[in-house]
Amino acid sequence: MSNTRQLDDTIMVEMRGVNKWYGQFHVLKDVNLEVRKGERIVICGPSGSGKSTTIRCINRLEEHQKGDIVVADTVLNNDLKNIETIRREVGMVFQHFNLFPHLTVLENCALAPIWVRKTPRAEAEEIAMKYLRRVRIEEQALKYPGQLSGGQQQRVAIARSLCMNPQVMLFDEPTSALDPEMIKEVLDVMIELAEEGMTMLCVTHEMGFAKTVADRVIFMDKGQIIEENVPDAFFNNPQSERTQAFLSQILNH
Amino acid sequence: MSDLSKVRHEMLPDLPPPENTTGPIGWMRRHLFSSVTNTVLTLFTLYILYILLVPTIDWAFLKADWFGETRDACTSGGACWVFVTTRFSQFLYGFYPEDLTWRIDLAFILLAVQLAWLMIPKLPYKGIVSVLVLFVYPIVAFYLLYGGSFGLDVVETHKWGGLSLTLVLAVIGIVAALPFGVLLALGRRSEMPIVKSFCVVYIELWRGVPLITVLFMASVMLPLFVPAEVTFDKLLRALIGIVMFQSAYMAEVVRGGLQAIPKGQYEAAQALGLNYWKMMGLVVLPQALKLMIPGIVNTFIALFKDTSLVLIIGLFDLLAIVQAGLTDPKWLGYSVEGYAFVAFMFWIFCFGMSKYSQHLERHFHTGHGSR
Amino acid sequence: MQDADKTPSSSLPEQKTRFWHDPAKRALVFQILLVLVVLGFVGMIVQNTLNNLESRGITTGFDFLSQQAGFGITQTLIEYTESSSYGRTFVVGLLNTILVSALGVIVATILGFLIGVARLSNNWLVAKVASAYVEIFRNIPLLLQIFFWYFAVLQALPSPRKSIEIWDTFYLNVRGFYMPQPLPQEGFDLVWIALLIAVVASYVLIRWNKKRQDATGQRFPAYWVSLGMILGLPLLAFLASGSPLVWEQPVLKGFNFRGGMAILPELAALWVALSIYTAAFIAEIVRSGIEAVSKGQTEAASALGLSNGKVLRLVVIPQAVRVIIPPLTSQYLNLIKNSSLATAIGYPDLVSVFAGTTLNQTGQAIEVIFMTMLVYLTLSLLVSAFMNWFNSKMALVER
Ligand SMILES: Nc1ncnc2c1ncn2[C@@H]1O[C@H](COP(=O)(O)OP(=O)(O)O)[C@@H](O)[C@H]1O
Ligand SMILES: [Mg+2]
Repeated sequence: MSNTRQLDDTIMVEMRGVNKWYGQFHVLKDVNLEVRKGERIVICGPSGSGKSTTIRCINRLEEHQKGDIVVADTVLNNDLKNIETIRREVGMVFQHFNLFPHLTVLENCALAPIWVRKTPRAEAEEIAMKYLRRVRIEEQALKYPGQLSGGQQQRVAIARSLCMNPQVMLFDEPTSALDPEMIKEVLDVMIELAEEGMTMLCVTHEMGFAKTVADRVIFMDKGQIIEENVPDAFFNNPQSERTQAFLSQILNH
Repeated sequence: MSDLSKVRHEMLPDLPPPENTTGPIGWMRRHLFSSVTNTVLTLFTLYILYILLVPTIDWAFLKADWFGETRDACTSGGACWVFVTTRFSQFLYGFYPEDLTWRIDLAFILLAVQLAWLMIPKLPYKGIVSVLVLFVYPIVAFYLLYGGSFGLDVVETHKWGGLSLTLVLAVIGIVAALPFGVLLALGRRSEMPIVKSFCVVYIELWRGVPLITVLFMASVMLPLFVPAEVTFDKLLRALIGIVMFQSAYMAEVVRGGLQAIPKGQYEAAQALGLNYWKMMGLVVLPQALKLMIPGIVNTFIALFKDTSLVLIIGLFDLLAIVQAGLTDPKWLGYSVEGYAFVAFMFWIFCFGMSKYSQHLERHFHTGHGSR
Repeated sequence: MQDADKTPSSSLPEQKTRFWHDPAKRALVFQILLVLVVLGFVGMIVQNTLNNLESRGITTGFDFLSQQAGFGITQTLIEYTESSSYGRTFVVGLLNTILVSALGVIVATILGFLIGVARLSNNWLVAKVASAYVEIFRNIPLLLQIFFWYFAVLQALPSPRKSIEIWDTFYLNVRGFYMPQPLPQEGFDLVWIALLIAVVASYVLIRWNKKRQDATGQRFPAYWVSLGMILGLPLLAFLASGSPLVWEQPVLKGFNFRGGMAILPELAALWVALSIYTAAFIAEIVRSGIEAVSKGQTEAASALGLSNGKVLRLVVIPQAVRVIIPPLTSQYLNLIKNSSLATAIGYPDLVSVFAGTTLNQTGQAIEVIFMTMLVYLTLSLLVSAFMNWFNSKMALVER
């Protein structure tokens, strides 16, 4: 199975003792996480457990107050330069796609290469088409996001992130806002991406995806990592009571 | 493999956030001094506030004179509120006979009680009270203010003035414009081309011109439009102008409310066999009117401010009566006090109403009140 | 339902729809009635008006427009004397309306955008001050604000003899704000030419920059360079041609200043009040326009690595503008309509000199009010035509 893969030793993302508060509310408690190059990690857990907050800290959509985060050898601190560097290297896919409604699909994809990487437009559009082809949506390139279905929009969002040629991809429940028949088309794209060796952190409740793709599954509850293990062991022999309860709920569903 | 497996058996406790991010210090750090630019901005704003507020407070309160008979009472060098306090009852009631002002008070107290009844969510019989406000109260108010029956002496409208006149203009303007607004809005959405274009022209015509020209028109052209024997008094002319003008704005508010009702509601009503007027009266308008309340309050605020324009055609509303007081040779030079008083009165009303309408909007928005 | 009657099924005996039950006919009758009522009403008004006019001895028609007006106007943008015609007073008034509206629109827009953005500032104090501004000024009648600036502030200024002097060139007194008037001398045309060249060059530069970015990805601070050119080139031309400009100083002669340029207190009061009042509304529009762009949009753009400035420029503003422009144009329209409050302090705008003085002198109420309303109506129609065009151009494509 995939979890016997040999992994690179380079560490792409490292979180050490990360703590975060919303006002007085302690959302993240001592989160420690190491992600190696090429590693695929699935994060699951009950709603409100801090999964989104964890991955949003990695590209500074949320600021953490204690602990260290290092992404691709860059320390995440208040330095705008570092934040920009990290955001260039980290792609993110949101639950609600967040495509830019005033731009066409092609313009959505070419925007960041043009303005962040200073790529000539023709080249940027070529890159955009390449990734749109990869997510099998190139024929929609000139449409606006509002004209696409949810599944198509999410695939465009993935292509948009890939256009920046990121080293790490973050997924925050990419399929939760989709109708069941569209989930597969998005998961297929994600699986292909995994097979090509992308470093991925996915918050998802698609357990099938976790079993086949993940190198490691992380279970979070109440802002802390409760259990992490390779998928086999995680699903067949969960150690913590909380994990067992969560899994029985989700799998008997 | 086992190195990948980690389990936590003991849950971590909730800890308070680090010192420097909480409490007043943390709050200030985040909201006032988060960066160099922010710090500069904060200090600059504080400085401006200091320059503006300190002398103002000093003038308006600390060094002000409040009571007296003449301007000689103003000795402290600050604001001379004596100008306002000695004329207070004139500012409220205009030239209404002093022994009859209880009639104005009563009329407005009645109105306030009814409105409060409608605004407090828990009270019963809202329907009956609405009917009272819209149909019975106007008659009562008319006899209270104008008199002429029930043993009440007639008080000619040229004696009306001050805040009470401002309120009369605004309240009548809005209440009378509402039914016209509903009809115009229904007409604008109608499928009958002549009705529709008639309503569109009417609405766009009035919305396209300033209120002043409408008031001019009402005061100089209206007398030409009627047979020479018929005469209107000035107040009535102004009111006709205001209602014609306001009904166009009201129509747009009503139209907005009607558009917010989902098509399914119309379809369901038709499927039940209701005809047009029953569908509108029983299903659509009751829902839409509720959604329109914020819009109606907003147009009321606009009209309330706009009533000050009647000064230009010679009616003595709150602003006009203060303005007239300022030209009194005995009180020359206290215009700031006069204007501050008028501004304060208008502001209290408008701000209060706008907060109320925002509250309603939020209420409907979160879906508590709407269905 | 009633349609069933129109296509009678063979098994049923043919039924005639009763006239009143056919919605189409009902609508027709109703509309005919409406037209009759409206026509009757209008007819009555016309009849009454004609009778009244006759008994008052007022002739109708637009002949009065060519008659001599015989009154002076304090501020005229075109040549006007007391012997000019009423037609000319109309134009003078219209131009004055346009002047104060244009000035007001410019300042209100700048102020409104600043305050709207300040309301969204993450600096608590700045946001609170901005929202206090909005709450204070939009809840006080505009007329009162105009009075305040005119009677309480500007009328309290000293007399011309005791003017407040600024560097011995600007004079502020109860009659207005006086400043030197630039009188271009021979050779000044060169400056205009330089300005024209600079504008054209900037346009070309910005186009070139966009092309270059498309081709190579490199950008160049074209906007700053353009700004420099537009300011710098005319200045260079001015110096090179030997500063061909004379300033005519205002000088105190008797009780008033002569020469120079003056902003009348009426104009100043109206301008300030209109700008401050409208800015409060524009600020709200700007704030809600920016807030209407969802947080997800900013997050997605930041996650792609765009800097804060570019997130604003490329993602937030283009979307906010769609929300902002329609209510913004209607605020401009309100400002234009509100400029008619000029009458109250005697600024010679259209309503004041035409629907005021001219109407009083000629008694031609119907024609005068009609022309005045027509002006405002035309403006409104132009603006709503623009808005329809804009909306159709900018509407987001939705499924
Ligand atoms: N901006 C915020 N302000 C305050 N509390 C927040 C905010 N965002 C999230 N939270 C709280 O933080 C907790 C974790 O949120 P999140 O990371 O979104 O959970 P998950 O993604 O696991 O469902 C939740 O209890 C949520 O209510
Ligand atoms: Mg989440």
